[in-house]
Amino acid sequence: MPATALPATTGLGCVPGFLGLAGLAVVVGRRKVATPLIYGGSLALALVALGAALTCFLSPGPPWTLVLPIGLPGIGARFRIDALSAFFLVVVNLGAAITSLYAIGYGRHEETPARVLPFYAAFLAGMNLVVLADDAFTFLLAWEFMSLTSWAIVLARHRDPANSRAAFVYLVMASFGTLCLLLGFGLLAGPAGGYAFETIRLASHTHFTATLAVVLALLGAGSKAGLVPLHVWLPLAHPAAPSHVSALLSGVMTKVGVYGFIRIVFDLAGPPNPWFGLVVLSLGGITAAIGVLYALMQHDLKRLLAYHTVENIGIIFIGLGLALAFRANGMNVAAALALTAALFHVFNHSVFKSLLFFGAGAVLTATGERDMERLGGLIHRMPQTALAFLIGCAAISALPPLNGFVSEWLTFQAILVSPDLPQWGLKLTVPAAGALLALSAALAAACFVKAFGVTFLGRPRSPAAKAAAEVDTFSLTAMFVLAAVCFLAGVLPGFVIDALSSVTLMLTGGTMPHQAAVPWMSIVPIGESRSSYNGLIILTFLVASGFLTAMIIHRFATRATRRSAIWDCGFPLDAPQTQYGSASFSMPIRQVFGTVVFDVHERVDMPRPGELRAGSFRLRIVDPAWRLAYGPIARAVASIATSLNQLQFLTIRRYLTLVFCTLIALLVLVATWR
Amino acid sequence: MALIVDLLLQAVQMALVVAVAPAVVGVTRKVKARLLRRIGPPMLQPYRDLWKLMHKEAVFAHNASWIYRTAPYLIFAATWVAAALVPSYATGLLFSWSADLIAIVALLGTARFTLALAGMDVGTAFGGIGSSREMMIASLAEPAMLLIVFTVALVAGTTQLSAVATLFSTGSVGLRVSLGLGLFAFLFVAVAENARIPIDNPATHLELTMVHEAMVLEYSGRHLAMIEAAAAVKLVLYFSLIACLFVPLGIAGPGAAVSDYALGLVAYVGKLLLLAALLPIGETSVAKMRVFRYPLFVGSAFAAAALAVFLLFVSKGF
Repeated sequence: MPATALPATTGLGCVPGFLGLAGLAVVVGRRKVATPLIYGGSLALALVALGAALTCFLSPGPPWTLVLPIGLPGIGARFRIDALSAFFLVVVNLGAAITSLYAIGYGRHEETPARVLPFYAAFLAGMNLVVLADDAFTFLLAWEFMSLTSWAIVLARHRDPANSRAAFVYLVMASFGTLCLLLGFGLLAGPAGGYAFETIRLASHTHFTATLAVVLALLGAGSKAGLVPLHVWLPLAHPAAPSHVSALLSGVMTKVGVYGFIRIVFDLAGPPNPWFGLVVLSLGGITAAIGVLYALMQHDLKRLLAYHTVENIGIIFIGLGLALAFRANGMNVAAALALTAALFHVFNHSVFKSLLFFGAGAVLTATGERDMERLGGLIHRMPQTALAFLIGCAAISALPPLNGFVSEWLTFQAILVSPDLPQWGLKLTVPAAGALLALSAALAAACFVKAFGVTFLGRPRSPAAKAAAEVDTFSLTAMFVLAAVCFLAGVLPGFVIDALSSVTLMLTGGTMPHQAAVPWMSIVPIGESRSSYNGLIILTFLVASGFLTAMIIHRFATRATRRSAIWDCGFPLDAPQTQYGSASFSMPIRQVFGTVVFDVHERVDMPRPGELRAGSFRLRIVDPAWRLAYGPIARAVASIATSLNQLQFLTIRRYLTLVFCTLIALLVLVATWR
Repeated sequence: MALIVDLLLQAVQMALVVAVAPAVVGVTRKVKARLLRRIGPPMLQPYRDLWKLMHKEAVFAHNASWIYRTAPYLIFAATWVAAALVPSYATGLLFSWSADLIAIVALLGTARFTLALAGMDVGTAFGGIGSSREMMIASLAEPAMLLIVFTVALVAGTTQLSAVATLFSTGSVGLRVSLGLGLFAFLFVAVAENARIPIDNPATHLELTMVHEAMVLEYSGRHLAMIEAAAAVKLVLYFSLIACLFVPLGIAGPGAAVSDYALGLVAYVGKLLLLAALLPIGETSVAKMRVFRYPLFVGSAFAAAALAVFLLFVSKGF
């Protein structure tokens, strides 16, 4: 019995706990006490699960397994906690706990809590169960359960037609994803029906089966994670849900998709082929660049954050692709570096994206607006939210000494080890992916200068923004806890890297050098002579230089200050519309990249002097995924359905002929097959 | 004892970059004036300008937030730390291993992020113009800079700037196509990042031609002094990078004698002055570009650096 038996059983026991909470929410959903009760209960359960997951993650040892006599006959429902699932349990439950804390405050503003509360608890149960599952049936059951409960939450405010459309697209994409995963597991289990992961791991797959299974896993798990071109549901569904659930969808559920991909491709499909690495790497690079370009074009704050999730998923898949490529060539230490970079980014993204969505939720609560063109000047009205949001923006823009920089630095170091790869396809693709990664990092900083600058800085653009008030303590506490995690993971990354070594050892057979042995708490990806980074020293230097500068200035310079009107080069204009808004801020970048990447059409209609009509500015941006892929597919499905609809109106003679011909065809088929 | 000497050398480096920066800007302005057949201000005028600004009252708008007031300190601190990490007269300094080239580029990114936010803080059209154009230039110049970092790192086998400078100063690397492409790209990126003609005019007062000046339009007094000092330190940082990566003659290695450090110091100052004289020659020979031609300029640097990285992936001998 491994030492992790008790925490693991506790972790598994939280799943029925969440389901019980969901049942309780159905019963008491309409009472006023329901919101703090259910969210408080989820917070407690998620903290217990987080503690259990951390204990399992940090204590080495053989994986814990459990088989229950429910589910498929002969296989049962299998559960397993090994290093990979322990890490993802930590990510899921950290997100769940902090979101529940936020929701205790935010949930007070929900119009119909009875529509959200039961599905919220069930959603948390589903996500935990996916990570715990050790056989295909439990995995897929939990995956679908997770999708359906989150779909129900997206539909909570269904009277708005945009929300119902978002939920419809989400449902279609989720079903498509599950179909791909079902086929993938079917292929891996083989004709014998060995659905347990243990059986799949030990079986040998032909090259063709493994490749097809990996492609299906990429489609299935990739659509849940948000890879281009399967990302179209993300920017519709994430803003439609309430903000705390948006944080869970973006920050945690996409990571469960990444978990599914890692589990199938790294663990179950057998030894990888370098071509897998190439495909995943290129998809990751394209996803990162396109995601951030879309995010720059948005003026809805939550849609901007949702598109930005697509970019970060791209960065994670770049790391995963590199890890696959290295592992296929037997370079285990380099594979461990790339995998550590990807997993560190998984953790970082779940933290800062949740923080940013919480901030967006706070802004929505305070002003009732999501459109950045109607916000502004909120730093004066909501100072604490602004500070937490600023830390989130700085972290996601990969600025030292915060955590976003560390995972991007590790990914760059993995790219710099890549010239040793022998395959020519990889030699030409990896630098392209590196260039796309560098481009998306710079564009992300631009995106978040825009998001923070237009929303919080400047002057208020609407009466709602002028009258905003700070949000409640629960929301603020949740945001500041996440900001503190961002900060700590940035200055003490060595601990995270060391903790991840058990996962990389399990999946790639190699680990990074032991970071706790490096002096001064630096991190060293390959060897000390090669490169190193020390977040703590950089922070100390920054703080010391800042203080030194302030002291010199205060000693030698005058301290006189005066408040006055805006200078604005002598032409101060009172109307807040004269300041830059979100469309104007992103205009230069739109001009540079927009016409190439997606159809951007700007039409300016300026009345001539003397005319009294209003001027207009029309901006049209089309997501090419809709235009090139989903539009034609939807039209093809509609035309096929319309033509097949003729079958509803045939005469009885035609029906009998049809039945007769089908019978003959099947008999011929049976005869020739034998 | 060795620790104290190391600390002293690091402290000299930190003080040197700040002390010499206004002089470099002064030399640049003098040479430019002479090329334009003017007499120009004295070479030490920037020191007097900073002193004057520090003694003036800082005026700011009623709705300026704490970001506006603390941004100059943060911008100066980030730029100073980045410049202190670039080897100037000696490599192998005490804290040179704490941040490599990628971290130096990211620290400059932190300074730029803060400056762009400060530009948007008061809510004027000028600030918005500056911030949006600056982020557009950065969206092309920073990837180009990172690809140049990759080029250098692939040639040297490390991203640690100190180790790279030591390796290049031994002369074992020699002339390479990739480094030549990297130098070409780096010159373009340096012009773009330091707001020099043809990207931005540091002496302009017309909003059509402003990028950096538009962001700092509202600043005055000691805040403006810090921002101008930060811009000067950033110029010195880029000159130091050119000096230690592409012209590493005379740079002292780790654990050298005092005479080597003195030689390194003289060589460094000489290189700074040479580059400070070459920059205005380039600036006066071209006109400032239209804003929407910047992608052509910085994009060609990106393409050159990307080509260099591709070549190095194909074969390490390039």
